[in-house]
This record gives sequence, C-alpha cells and structure tokens, in this order.
Amino acid sequence: MSVAKLIRRKEVVICAGSGGVGKTTTSAAIAAGMAQRGKRVAVLTIDPARRLADSLGLPELGNEERQVDARRLEAAGLGGAGELWAMTLDAERTFDDLVDAHAPDAETRDAVLSNPIYRELSRAVAGSQDYMAMEKLHELHQDGRYDLLVLDTPPTRNALDFLDAPARLSRFIDSRSLQFFRAGSRAGLGLLGKGTAALFSVMKRATGVDLLQDLASFFNAFGDMSEGFRERARRVDALLGDSRTTFLLVTSPRAASITEAAYFSHKLRDLDLPFGGVVVNRVREQVTARPTPKLESELAGLLGHKLAGKVARNLDDEVRLAERDARNIGLLRDELGRRPMIAVPELPGDVHDLAGLAAMNAYLFGDA
Amino acid sequence: MLDRRLVVVTGKGGVGKTTVAAAMGLAAARAGKRTVICEVAEQERITQAFGLPAAGFRETEVAPRLHAFSINPEDAKQEWVRRQLHSGALSALLSGSRIFQYLTAAAPGLAEVVTIGKVWELAQLERRTAGSAPYDLTIVDAPATGNGLALLRAPRTYADIAKVGPIRRHASAIDSFISDPSCTAIVAVAILEEMPVNETIDLEGRLRDELGMGLSGILVNGVLTERFSAKEAKAIEALEGAGSAPAREALAAALTARIRTRSQRSQLARLRRGTGAPVATLPFVLRRELERKDLETLSHELERKL
Repeated sequence: MSVAKLIRRKEVVICAGSGGVGKTTTSAAIAAGMAQRGKRVAVLTIDPARRLADSLGLPELGNEERQVDARRLEAAGLGGAGELWAMTLDAERTFDDLVDAHAPDAETRDAVLSNPIYRELSRAVAGSQDYMAMEKLHELHQDGRYDLLVLDTPPTRNALDFLDAPARLSRFIDSRSLQFFRAGSRAGLGLLGKGTAALFSVMKRATGVDLLQDLASFFNAFGDMSEGFRERARRVDALLGDSRTTFLLVTSPRAASITEAAYFSHKLRDLDLPFGGVVVNRVREQVTARPTPKLESELAGLLGHKLAGKVARNLDDEVRLAERDARNIGLLRDELGRRPMIAVPELPGDVHDLAGLAAMNAYLFGDA
Repeated sequence: MLDRRLVVVTGKGGVGKTTVAAAMGLAAARAGKRTVICEVAEQERITQAFGLPAAGFRETEVAPRLHAFSINPEDAKQEWVRRQLHSGALSALLSGSRIFQYLTAAAPGLAEVVTIGKVWELAQLERRTAGSAPYDLTIVDAPATGNGLALLRAPRTYADIAKVGPIRRHASAIDSFISDPSCTAIVAVAILEEMPVNETIDLEGRLRDELGMGLSGILVNGVLTERFSAKEAKAIEALEGAGSAPAREALAAALTARIRTRSQRSQLARLRRGTGAPVATLPFVLRRELERKDLETLSHELERKL
C-alpha cells in the first residue's frame, strides 16, 4: 500500500496521533513524497520546538510558507516536478492577523489588540494554537495555491481536541455570553433579569471585579466580530468533514500509542470524519533466526565463546522486540478492520533530515 | 529532588514520562514518604500499571504510601468554584448556568489553571480538601513540553489578567509555589534521539527565558547497554558475511545494535553539552505495558541515581 494511493484526489491530509510517534516527520515525508510526484504541497506544523524546521533543514520557519530549496530536495533523492513548501505557525501573529481581518474598523481592531485579556490569551495559552492550526489550514485551502495541504497536528491533552477548537472559540464568543457581559458592563446589575443579575454577582465574587470588567470590554470589542468567527468555525468544520480531506493516524508500535491510536480511530468514526488509514512508524522487522544452541556454537566457531554469547543475547532481544511490535500491530489491525495500514520499519539512524525523509518514503510510498 | 514538595515531570511525547513518574513515586514511597502521583491526561495509566481500576478524581492508594490521582479539568473546575464561593448552592447556580459553562469550556488556559491549581492543592501541607491528609511529595505526570510549559505558565497568565481579587491571589500563590525551586522541582524526561534531545535543550531555555524557572534534572530513559566494544564490532565486521543464514542475521543484528548504542552515546554527549541541569540515565526495559515489576526495577535505579 502506498500513501500516494491513500490520499489520491485529496486536498487536505491531517496527520493525527499521540506525541513522539513521528507525526512531524511523517507529515514532512508525505509532503515531500507528493511534491516529488508533481504536486504543489504545503506542510503545516504548529510545533513550537521547530522540529519540522530541523527536518527540512530550514534555518527557521515563519508564519508564512517557505519553499524548500529544490536543490536540497534533489540532493536527498527527493527531486521531482512539484514544489514543497513548509511553515510553522506563530500563534500570536496569526491571531492578530485574524482580528485584523475581521475587525469592522481600526478602532475595534485596536481595542481588541490592546485588551489585556486578549494579549495574555493569544500569547500565552496552548489552546489558541489548536485554533490557529485549523484557521490557517482553512485559509490556505480557500486560497487554492496548493494542490495538497499536509497538517501536522499539535500534541493535545486530549486526542482530537484541536478539531473542536474553532467551535469552542465560537461558543466562547457566542452571542449569549456577549450579551450577558455587555449588559453587565453597560447597564449595571439593576437592569438585568433577576437570574442573570444573581449569576453576575456570583461570578463577581468568584473572580474579582477587575477581571470581569476586562472580560466585558474584551467581549464588547469582540462583539462586532463574533459573526465572522462563527462563520469561519462553520467552514472549518465543513472542510474537516469534506470528502477532499482525509485523516491519517500515525502511531508507533508501542503499547501506549497503539491504545491511543485505537481510541483515535473510534473517535474519528464517531465524529464521522474521513479516515484514510494508519501509518505505524519504527516497527522492528521480524527476525527469522533464533538463538538456538546450534547457532550459538556456530557463532562460537567464528567469534569465540564470549562474543558469540553476546551476539546470541542480542539476537534474543531483537526477536522479543520484533514479537512485541508484531503483537501490538496485530491488536491495532483487529481494531481497524479493513482500513489500510502502512508500516515503516525502524531505520538505522534517526529521521531528522531530508535524506531520512527519503528513506521513510521508500516505505510510505511502497517504492522499496 | 525527592525532598521538594512537588515534582513536575515533563518532556517530549513518547519518552516515558508516566513510567518515570511512577518509578519516582515508588522510590519516594519506599523511602517512607506519603506520595501522590497525578495524571492529567485522563488515561489512568498509573492505576492500570498497578492492576487497579481507574482512580478518577479521587486519591487512591496503589501501593503502601503511594497514591494515584487523575485530574480532569471539569472536576477540578467545579471543586475550584465550590471553594471560591464557600457555598454549594451558589456553585450549583454557576455550574447550572449555560453561560458559565460556555465561558469556562472555551476560556483558553482555564483547564490548565484549574489543573495546576489542583496539583498545588495536593502539594500543600494544609490541605483544603476536608478530611485529607497531607502528602510529603506530589508528583505530576505533566503533558509534553509545549503543553507542559502552558501548564506552568497558566497561573501567571491568570494572575496577570485578574490583577486583583480572589483569582489573582489564588493564581499568584500557585505561581510562587511552582516558581520556588525549594518547593518545586521540574524534571525533563528525554530519550537519546535527535528530536527529544533538541526539545529538552529547548525546554530548558524556554523555562528560563519565558518563566524564569530552571530544570532540576534531566532523566534519560531507555538507555541501551553497550554490548559490543569497538574491537568486537571489528571482529564481527571482519567475518564479511561468513556463516549460515541465521548466523549472518544474528551478526547483522549485532552490528545494528552497535550503531544504535553509538548514536545514543553521541546524543547523550550532545544533551550534556546543550543543557545545564544534572543528567541521570535509566536503562532500557523491554516491556509490553507499564508493569509493576519493571517499575520496581526502574525505581531502584532512580534511587541510586537521584
């Protein structure tokens, strides 16, 4: 099975999975492989550790896509007719851009941008990155400059949290909360309904009044933009469920990530999202030799007893590791039914550069 | 490290944070400390490793003196609201309010702040939870680097936003506690591969630059034993494909193992060069699941090294 076949006719590929399973390298490898096959591809990561930048040999990635030098691709054996572009998201910059785009006038924009709550939240908080990943994906898709977008997803606390980010933000600035805060800040408690007034005073007690005022002005400023946000959240949702989109689950053969991959696959089905298949990275390949007395004595003849013993014990470890991986992969296969699975073996060195991506692609694209 | 009140275990995804947190907990409990390990990912891998049903939002003893606790933001939020309001009726009013639910479900960083708030509560000598005894040590199995940093940063963010009032006071108290190296140790778990080493170096820098905090230590997980010396590897290479097919396979596996351990060694050197915190290594343990006896082995190793 080749990834190229799995994602044929797709415009958006979302690589999901738990941390440390090689999502970033897999995303970059898929993007590079599709560029090699003539597509104009952009790979998006929001990873702050700049791992993708490392993978692609780029000094640093900004909030804009940058083209990976064709000569570098060529040198790594990834040369082809297409183009490879890459970017990481700077959450704050993108959020500011968004406010800029949605604000009806300069006054509103400045009010939001200078609001202390906005400043803190857009800069400091993990959740806003999830939102920006979805937002940027949507924007690039609308833009139509690329044949294919590959999204490397953020490591979220809870599996597919990031998918829900636009809807959550939209709920956050939902008109009901807005009306509540606007009423609270403008009219004072007397004019509010009895229930709301009580609620307002309870919240004041729970939070402290300054926070409430800042929040109210935050919502006031945001108020005029809420429709725009809701609309975008709706369109992001539509894009995620679109037949031109596909989700690939990335996992390692280790028990913890296999369990999580199985959970993801159920979740994708529950959410009715297009699920393309699974990539299992770093699988220890099956070893046919066994550390039998016969083998050990043959080795002893070649290397002496001491070293032969070590070679045999090492082989025993290899056998057990390969068995562990095969068993875990079997469990996942049972969960997946007929959905395709692509296994990439453990490569001798770490995959962190273009040559490594090319080595991975021999398996991802079934060219090996 | 185990003399602090709180140990925050973070690191790149997949490096074995939960394993290290659990082994650390066992070591501390064996040393006579009443210890609690908090999970924040709602996976309950600690109780599983001890063959027990999920602990949930309850302090559950998993071994003598060792407890597990799983923090989910929803329960943590409700507990926090109850405590802020000193009133069950008022907090029921809030929790029943749709506006409140919307706001708090969506408010960026709120999950982080109530989560670290609960961790902080567990680590206090004077517990706020009625009828609960204090712990000598609280260990939190924190999320991966970026989200781990967000967890540590959240109290400061909320304190800055609130400026005054109860949130400000509460968030500042948490922030002071986790920023004080005599109370809180931040530990990074790493494995000896390019990206995890990069991320560990990066983490130390970001902790310092963004939060003014330091790493108390780096625990390197999954370190392979160097089975073959350079001389032995040469002897194997010199055979140049001699022997039966199984023998050739065994010899190839030995040379691959040699490549792996050498690559680990150079990554370890790079990690040591790139970071200032003390580095300790833990051996690779082949395991299917997080199992009690493997944890015991690792906990003894940790005891020697810490």
